[in-house]
Amino acid sequence: MALEVGGKTIETDEEGYLVNRDDWSQQVAEAIAVAENLDMTENHWEVVNFLREYYEEYQIAPAVRVLTKAIGKKLGKDKGNSKYLYELFPYGPAKQACKIAGLPKPTGCV
Amino acid sequence: MAEEIHVPAFREYPIIPAIVEGSMAHSKPYVAKPDHQQSVGYPGQLVDDWQNAAVKKLGELVSQSRALQVFLDSCVKCGACTDKCHYYLGTQDPLNMPVARQDLLRAVYRRYYTFAGKYFPKLVGAKDFTEEVRDQWYSYFHQCSQCRRCSVFCPYGIDTAEISMAGRDVLDAIGVGQKYSNEIIGKVHKVGNNLGLPEPALADTLEGLEEDIEDDTGVPVKVPLDVEGAEILLITPSADFFAEPHIDGLIGYAKVFHQAGISWTLSSFASEAANFSMFIGSHDNLKKVAMRIRQAALDLGVKRIVVGECGHAWRVAYSFWNTLIGPFDFLDPKYPAPQHICEVTYDLIQRGALKLDKEANDHRRITFHDSCNVARASRMGNIPGGQFIIPREIIKACANHFFDMAPETIHQNTFCCGGGGGLLTDDLMELRVKGALPRMEALAKVVNEYDVNTLVAICAICKTQFAKVLPYYKFQMDMITSLHQVVGDAIQLGTSH
Repeated sequence: MALEVGGKTIETDEEGYLVNRDDWSQQVAEAIAVAENLDMTENHWEVVNFLREYYEEYQIAPAVRVLTKAIGKKLGKDKGNSKYLYELFPYGPAKQACKIAGLPKPTGCV
Repeated sequence: MAEEIHVPAFREYPIIPAIVEGSMAHSKPYVAKPDHQQSVGYPGQLVDDWQNAAVKKLGELVSQSRALQVFLDSCVKCGACTDKCHYYLGTQDPLNMPVARQDLLRAVYRRYYTFAGKYFPKLVGAKDFTEEVRDQWYSYFHQCSQCRRCSVFCPYGIDTAEISMAGRDVLDAIGVGQKYSNEIIGKVHKVGNNLGLPEPALADTLEGLEEDIEDDTGVPVKVPLDVEGAEILLITPSADFFAEPHIDGLIGYAKVFHQAGISWTLSSFASEAANFSMFIGSHDNLKKVAMRIRQAALDLGVKRIVVGECGHAWRVAYSFWNTLIGPFDFLDPKYPAPQHICEVTYDLIQRGALKLDKEANDHRRITFHDSCNVARASRMGNIPGGQFIIPREIIKACANHFFDMAPETIHQNTFCCGGGGGLLTDDLMELRVKGALPRMEALAKVVNEYDVNTLVAICAICKTQFAKVLPYYKFQMDMITSLHQVVGDAIQLGTSH
């Protein structure tokens, strides 16, 4: 599979995750979001940016609780829960948000 | 996503649904990439001589396992299993009848390894291992969650799980593995857990968790990592660090150990209870993954090994560890090795070592889902049926409202969540939703009759699967709860006992 972004072809795997993390850009994220039927709001970006920062440091996406806590700090306590994250990313914050952030899919019993 | 999958309707009576031939023939998980395959010791892609290689591998498996040979030789087509598989009930595809699934492998075994099949193949339903057969194997051996419900009803005790494991093992040997399982096993070899969660991230996650618990309760409950000389090494599924509702179970274990005053630790080297090698029938990988746990136990100098809420891990631990990674002569002989977290908690409750406030769970009206691998492939405690009794007794000690689902759907008759056996992957979502039908029907009954609002499970796969499929059946996603969350919420921390 592949994405066409700004005249460039970006390679993705069969589930739509980027094959090369370096291919990621805001435009690429927007394009993945469109494929996922998501409108990227500022709050979506907060989540995506946090995922990328965390990944940069730890080479893995954050646990759901780490994510909800961080988002609670940034967007207000009422938004620091997985219910809110599911509103933003209906297919599940871990997988859908990782995909948009250009990170590998979390594997295992999750 | 919900609208893309046709969710089967609840049946008013448990009738056997009419067959719809080929209705799931399209269901196939993604094939493993070369590097996934190689990380678990298999050829990267379909080998040139795949037909002969598969037949040879099948012959080896049959010659190594008397059980497998008996399962292949002894079916009398009585039909007792036909309506026992949740995937048949949910998909109506006749190849999801256990006997038909077995016959996919049996036909090839007969063709190459029995007198009648070699000389009169048509008379005995023997088939060449063709590309078409290979595709059918790939499709339908990945529509078996190896839950073993059918084997309970088979008069010969034929275990379809063993047959689907053998089928997957043969496919792996010719280079056609399943991406989900093989990528994960490779990560365990490399990093130590299914997630690929490295030590710094695990440490950071656990630290954050300690802060959360202290914020919530005012009590500094620890979630220790790599503590040498701890009494207990806890081996738990990595989903317990990562996902919901799993993590609330981990908090529950921590509260139990804290309140009982038992020193314990997690290991960053062996940070995974799951062992998906069982799902692909690979003995070598099974041993290699399990060996990390022995190594961690020795390195940390612990006296006991306790296994967290993970269904198939408990089967591997209870049934296979002793011969795989034993003997456990370095552990304290006063305790079972290994021990299930439910056994630990149950013993502490019996001894009055935990002060529990049942009213803390009064908002919950609870039912319990028996996980297949715990129910049908292991035991707990020193009484027959302990694996059914102990989790329920724990719930009843921690909560006032408990209601069992119908008897034909619990204990050894339990229905799979629909996501076990290496099928808990997005590319099999249709199968997962449909396969959950019988469990969802049983749940709907207790929801309607007793206003049940909480579905408790002791398996990471079950928890993730339910969180995903409950909404398809119009239940709340957060109904699914870890058993040790119920325990953790009832524990009165900081009280003397």
